[in-house]
Amino acid sequence: MSAVMDNAGTMTAGNSPAVAVSRSPKPPVLRNNALMDAIFRNLTRGFALLVFSLLGAIILSLLVGSVLSLQKFGFAFLWTAEWDPVKNEFGALVPIVGTLVTSAIALAIAVPVSFGISIFLTELSPVWLRRPLGTAIEMLAAIPSIIYGMWGLFVFVPLFQTYIQPFLKSTIGEVPFLGVLFSGPPLGIGMLTAGIILAVMVIPFITAVMRDVFELVPPMLKESAYGLGSTTWEVVWRVVLPYTKVGVIGGVMLGLGRALGETMAVTFVIGNAHRLKASLFAPANSIASSLANEFTEAVGELYTSALIELGLILFVITTIVLALAKLMLMRLSRNEGTRT
Amino acid sequence: MPDTANAVVSAPKLTVRNLNFFYGGFHAIKDVNLEIPEKRVTAFIGPSGCGKSTLLRTFNRMFELYPEQRATGELMMGGENILTSKTDVSLIRAKIGMVFQKATPFPMSIYDNIAFGVRLFEDLPRARMDERVEWALSKAAIWKEVKDKLHQSGNSLSGGQQQRLCIARGIAVKPEVLLLDEPCSALDPISTAKVEELITELKADYTVVIVTHNMQQAARVSDFTAYMYLGELVEFGETDQVFFKPGKQATEDYITGRFG
Amino acid sequence: MSTNAIYLRRKRMNRVMMTVSTAALGFGLFWLLWIIGVLLWEGASALRPSLFTQMTPPPGGDGGLANAIYGSVLMAGAGTLIGTPIGILAGTYLAEYGQRGWLAPATRFINDVLLSAPSIVIGLFVYTVYVARVGHFSGWAGAFALAIIVIPVVVRTTDDMLKLVPNSLREAAAALGAPTWKIVTMVCYRAARSGIVTGILLAVARIAGETAPLLFTALNNQFWSSDMNRPMANLPVVIFQFAMSPYDDWHRLAWGGAALITLLVLAINIAARSLFRK
Repeated sequence: MSAVMDNAGTMTAGNSPAVAVSRSPKPPVLRNNALMDAIFRNLTRGFALLVFSLLGAIILSLLVGSVLSLQKFGFAFLWTAEWDPVKNEFGALVPIVGTLVTSAIALAIAVPVSFGISIFLTELSPVWLRRPLGTAIEMLAAIPSIIYGMWGLFVFVPLFQTYIQPFLKSTIGEVPFLGVLFSGPPLGIGMLTAGIILAVMVIPFITAVMRDVFELVPPMLKESAYGLGSTTWEVVWRVVLPYTKVGVIGGVMLGLGRALGETMAVTFVIGNAHRLKASLFAPANSIASSLANEFTEAVGELYTSALIELGLILFVITTIVLALAKLMLMRLSRNEGTRT
Repeated sequence: MPDTANAVVSAPKLTVRNLNFFYGGFHAIKDVNLEIPEKRVTAFIGPSGCGKSTLLRTFNRMFELYPEQRATGELMMGGENILTSKTDVSLIRAKIGMVFQKATPFPMSIYDNIAFGVRLFEDLPRARMDERVEWALSKAAIWKEVKDKLHQSGNSLSGGQQQRLCIARGIAVKPEVLLLDEPCSALDPISTAKVEELITELKADYTVVIVTHNMQQAARVSDFTAYMYLGELVEFGETDQVFFKPGKQATEDYITGRFG
Repeated sequence: MSTNAIYLRRKRMNRVMMTVSTAALGFGLFWLLWIIGVLLWEGASALRPSLFTQMTPPPGGDGGLANAIYGSVLMAGAGTLIGTPIGILAGTYLAEYGQRGWLAPATRFINDVLLSAPSIVIGLFVYTVYVARVGHFSGWAGAFALAIIVIPVVVRTTDDMLKLVPNSLREAAAALGAPTWKIVTMVCYRAARSGIVTGILLAVARIAGETAPLLFTALNNQFWSSDMNRPMANLPVVIFQFAMSPYDDWHRLAWGGAALITLLVLAINIAARSLFRK
């Protein structure tokens, strides 16, 4: 090793005042390079493995925690509506339905709104306004969910109860069949309220993805459509949307994943009732809100186990939804790569 | 190893034998044989994609950063095949410095940019490090411009200054060979002139290999020129000869602009 | 004549849709302003010095949120300190060593799923593997749950930011003879620093308001406690309990806490963004 430095020393001999410097012995640091490289690589790899195994570990721990309930109720757990801690009878149907219905309401509102916002931010807004407006919408995602819940319970619910629910009841509520959804006493709380607040909460997530994928559309493509005399709406609807279809669906799925697992906001306003009613005005329960409300007060191993199984169901559903969302977004960016 | 500063002119510093290079399945360099003379400037010219930069990047095994790239053949320096040497690749790279197309100042101060490489191999006390930094910056002809702002970020310099900073950084570790990969392609004419002047001065101490797109530049700064085309070495010789009396029609066509 | 009719119809359609799009933006902003407005209005009367100096009171009593604020700071701090290094190192593997093999792409995928995973399930996870084992709720359990929320955020930003570091910089360091670990720690981390810090700040903002994972881990504590091995008061859970209670005093304290958290979270978000833009 020292021969190397001697060479270097000889090389520059007589050319610089710093010659002698290069003869100084190599610090041990260099000899340890290979070792340090291996340590650093394996350290980072170890933590990557840790993150990798986290998903499996969560599912496994929930499986173990819900063994009692799995053994006692089997698959029937999924479609049994009864939830009676006193008789130790548990079924997940009510919270599953509550979760799916509130999320569906949320998407029904949030998807068109997010689409509109994305159009505004990518096509209509003056450039200098894009960033502040975009940031403002993103701030909706920064507000903690407990704030949505509290604001929902104290501010939104009373207004909803006094003005909007009676209005809905006297209009759509009178329509045959559809009316069932908007019947019953206007309590303010319930699935519809939870769905609306969830919609506001997932708008920023869906909007962010839609904006990103809209910006992936090659300007040439849009310009050629404009060049034929298309209006902005036609460009968006016939060029941008078809081009980004997969990504838009991915964004919607991402929003769905968020809505399914949202806990605190829903817990405040859904009413926490284990009852299955057709009306969206009726208080109900979601998986997450059941957990938030009952878990620490659950007495008995079976009760706890049934709640953990609820958590398992929620986690499996959201994982599948989020994985699909991710796959779709990956497909879009790959297609993007091959097209350009 | 030559043990004096005034080694024989034609003594090869680097000897390339049967060098082949692959990007995955693509055969990018085909059986190149070449001798890089010591303390001279050797230029690699040729159209884009001819393999000249690739060849340069085998000299310090830079390609090893990318798993799908590999090289076969011999690359002799000081009696050792660089490609298969058991010596730590860090030590090989310390002997063979490299400067890139775009200036790459590290996100740290000008002083630390220079000291970064030195600290990798030597444990200098502060005063000696100061000397070394000044020496390297002076050699790269940028000392006067930066001596009052050594502790400002390297990114605060102009493009031409950044490139000379990178050359100084390469010199500071005291290499024997300097590889320059189109060092002026992102510079304006004035900065280019300064860097070219610098290259001419550097050959007193270093073996310089430069890849360039610009044939006037090759003619101006180099003593030897290699013309490459489609991964093969077409012609290699003294620059005057290659430019004025090329041995091959292909070289003449390229140099006179009939092709390329 | 007919082309003219078509033209007019298209024009009208466009105008309608663009109005709807603008209205959608207004709809989004409307909720933001409404929520923040209510928080400021309700919080203004509750944000008093005693909020920071007095303990959480029993119903009807006078008090503040000092113990809850302290507990939140402790647990969020511990969660960040645990989660950040794990996240940075794992993210480093994805960006710097991930070109080959299955681990990096698989981990990136799983990390993205975890990023949006329901936080209440994270709480449940920590409950089953930690709280149930040691037999009691504790501040540490809360910190672990928060750390698991921090990790995916930091992994993602570290990965993204390191990938933005140009390869030429890595090559330049390698050309000087720097070993990989030095290239990463001394050059790449520096180049990606502001981005990574932004990610950490966003993670802190995220956990500052997280309630669900603390319900089954830290639980709550009526008193001042800095023992991380015991149940620990924290702002979000206190807000939850107080808001759900029938007492007006508790509601007012809950509003104060809500305004405090929201202002903090929004401030961190804006600070992180402006830092990153620089």
